Amino acid sequence: MENKHQMLTIQQIKEKIEAGLPGSKVEIQDPRRDGVHLKAIVIYKGFKDKSLVEQHQMVYATLKEELKEELHALGIETHEE
Amino acid sequence: MDEKTKTQIKDMIHKNKVFIFMKGTPDAPECGFSMRTIEILKSYKVEFGYFNIFEDEEIRQAVKEYANWPTIPQVYINGKFIGGCDITEELHKSGKLKKLIEE
Repeated sequence: MENKHQMLTIQQIKEKIEAGLPGSKVEIQDPRRDGVHLKAIVIYKGFKDKSLVEQHQMVYATLKEELKEELHALGIETHEE
Repeated sequence: MDEKTKTQIKDMIHKNKVFIFMKGTPDAPECGFSMRTIEILKSYKVEFGYFNIFEDEEIRQAVKEYANWPTIPQVYINGKFIGGCDITEELHKSGKLKKLIEE
């Protein structure tokens, strides 16, 4: 399981989210510098009028396949702009 | 998910004001995110129910579908899905979690 986390690079996650939420700005942080416990900061106009749960669900939806392999160590922070 | 599992989940989240699906137990969380979320819940001195998803693979998969949420932990208050670790932390910091718990 841990190996599968590492197979997905920071760049790939960023591209996946940006492709799924067109016009969004995504920054992936690696606060522990372990390549595993990543954090995605997502700025997206489409978050307007959505609840926090909905905003995070929108981000998760772009990573549906990856999350099946339990990419559980992805923190998410969302902003409207 | 079958009806039996769905009913089990519904029962758990409705019979407890605050409920968490987590990895491990409140005294021995088995994941940093579950640990952080438990620390926050404990700080409110409120009774909460929990389910260790490692104990039941069927429930583990079903809760993800139930909340349309792919990760664990998952926090429910008054039967309503509140979020995972990040949202719980955000609501904690903004004071909104206190309001939800006191409702």
